[in-house]
Amino acid sequence: MKLITVAGSPSVGKTSVIVKAVEQLINEGIRIGIVKFDSLSSMDNEIYKKLGLPVLLGLSGNLCPDHYFVSNIEECFNWGKGNKLDMLITESAGLCNRCSPYIRDVLGVCVVDNLAGVNTPRKIGPMLKLADVVAITKGDIVSQAEREVFSFNVGIANPNAEIINVNGITGQGAGELAFYFKKAGEVLSVEGKKIRFTMPSAVCPYCVGETIIDRDYHRGNARKIVI
Amino acid sequence: MRNSLANASIKEVVNYDTSVAEFLSSLGAGGQHGSMGFREFLSGLDHDFLNDVGMDREQIWNYVNQLMSRVDSLKAQGNSRLSTLTIIGGRDKKGNREDVEITLRTGEIVCVVGPTGSGKSRLLADIECLAQGDTPTGRYVLTDSEKPQYRQRFNTDKKLVAQISQNMNFVVDLTVNEFVSMHARSRMAENVDGIVSRIICCANELTGEKFGPDTSVTQLSGGQSRALMIADTALLSSSPVILIDEIENAGVDRKKALELLVKKEKIVLISTHDPLLAFMGKRRLVIKNGGISDIIESSPREQYNLSVLEKLDFRLMDIRRRLRSGERIEEALTVTWD
Repeated sequence: MKLITVAGSPSVGKTSVIVKAVEQLINEGIRIGIVKFDSLSSMDNEIYKKLGLPVLLGLSGNLCPDHYFVSNIEECFNWGKGNKLDMLITESAGLCNRCSPYIRDVLGVCVVDNLAGVNTPRKIGPMLKLADVVAITKGDIVSQAEREVFSFNVGIANPNAEIINVNGITGQGAGELAFYFKKAGEVLSVEGKKIRFTMPSAVCPYCVGETIIDRDYHRGNARKIVI
Repeated sequence: MRNSLANASIKEVVNYDTSVAEFLSSLGAGGQHGSMGFREFLSGLDHDFLNDVGMDREQIWNYVNQLMSRVDSLKAQGNSRLSTLTIIGGRDKKGNREDVEITLRTGEIVCVVGPTGSGKSRLLADIECLAQGDTPTGRYVLTDSEKPQYRQRFNTDKKLVAQISQNMNFVVDLTVNEFVSMHARSRMAENVDGIVSRIICCANELTGEKFGPDTSVTQLSGGQSRALMIADTALLSSSPVILIDEIENAGVDRKKALELLVKKEKIVLISTHDPLLAFMGKRRLVIKNGGISDIIESSPREQYNLSVLEKLDFRLMDIRRRLRSGERIEEALTVTWD
């Protein structure tokens, strides 16, 4: 089974571009399943269900979505195998620009949108820097010049990635994304595989439910602003 | 230089390109490190710092290496040259054979007509990704009469199609000068100031309302924005094919704009139902049910009609101009068709 991890900030159009790429692959008879990771709620699983795809929805609640992802990916992978899928696509929202949900030797796709501003690619961490493919969306509403500067900056942030422009509404560019999906390698098991970079750390009292604002309660990985 | 990254000093790496220098400065490396080796600098970075950067030593090493190759290839490539683009028909939405083969040449204007949803976007998408029978339409697209190489198909730095449409806006909060300079630098232009002033000057020739280099791009009017987009695309974009999607008449001299693009040896595709624009193309592709159903050569009669419509348009534009300058329009207007 092929495994593909797709990540991107909220509302960049992850679901739309996946849907457009997947529609082409379904026509070729490829059996695809989706795991949607989100934090509080998501309606996107309904969109996938409409395509007739098997869907799993995982809500991380008050946990970091990345940590939740990595603690569940094995089960999700096995679910996909159990459903005799040819391709399992996981979709997860990167909330802090520091996310790094990619696994070594598993295709990692980052979705970013042109509206984020031309300098944003330089601000995004491993989620963009360590992706294999970067899909840029919402090019239909910004100027050609901004699209060019934006993809240039994505290329500077991640010179190794294949960069494609995808229109989540018309599907322009989705064929190229589908091409990379198909090129993804077969994965026998995710057990023992390593993620590409350490996840954002979260080990302060507030991670485990502290609510009081007070110096005396700061323990563990608390960091102070430099003033 | 790249081969010897292992022996390079921080100074040498920083001097390679501004993008490399910017990255190194984000790691706290710069001139003050002088002749310190890059390798030595990396091994001195502590674990917590690397965690914040979001890359380990090996990833930083590879990144710098790849960034340098990217800079090399961007500098080497220049503009993509293309003389012809050939579209070989596939099938329409109902699976009927699309029996066409059409070759577009640089400096040519071709119009694309057809109702919304007829498949205009699909056609553009096919051109953009240089379809090889592997898109839903089954079309083939050849560059200079040949099958494109794999790298050409999927090379982002050589995007084939640049697009300008009515609902595109500038979203970046910069002045015209700052923004166009940024674009020029990303295109590795040699004389940034020169090209920027040429673009601004050219855009001003296309629009009725002049603007200066210090205007914020988000404050430009619709016409000014369109004019700047066209001038910038003509002079700076690397794409040999330009798609123009329904550009309104207001505030931009479309005839001059098209002449500019044609002069810059672009293949210009215009998706429009505005007769003034549609007749400017010598040929029109008619799209129905997802396929090219006809290719119409514009006849001498249509070209004559264009001249009549142009006169009419000129009168309308003149009335606009007068309205803008506060005049009354009270003379008895008459319409004659010649």
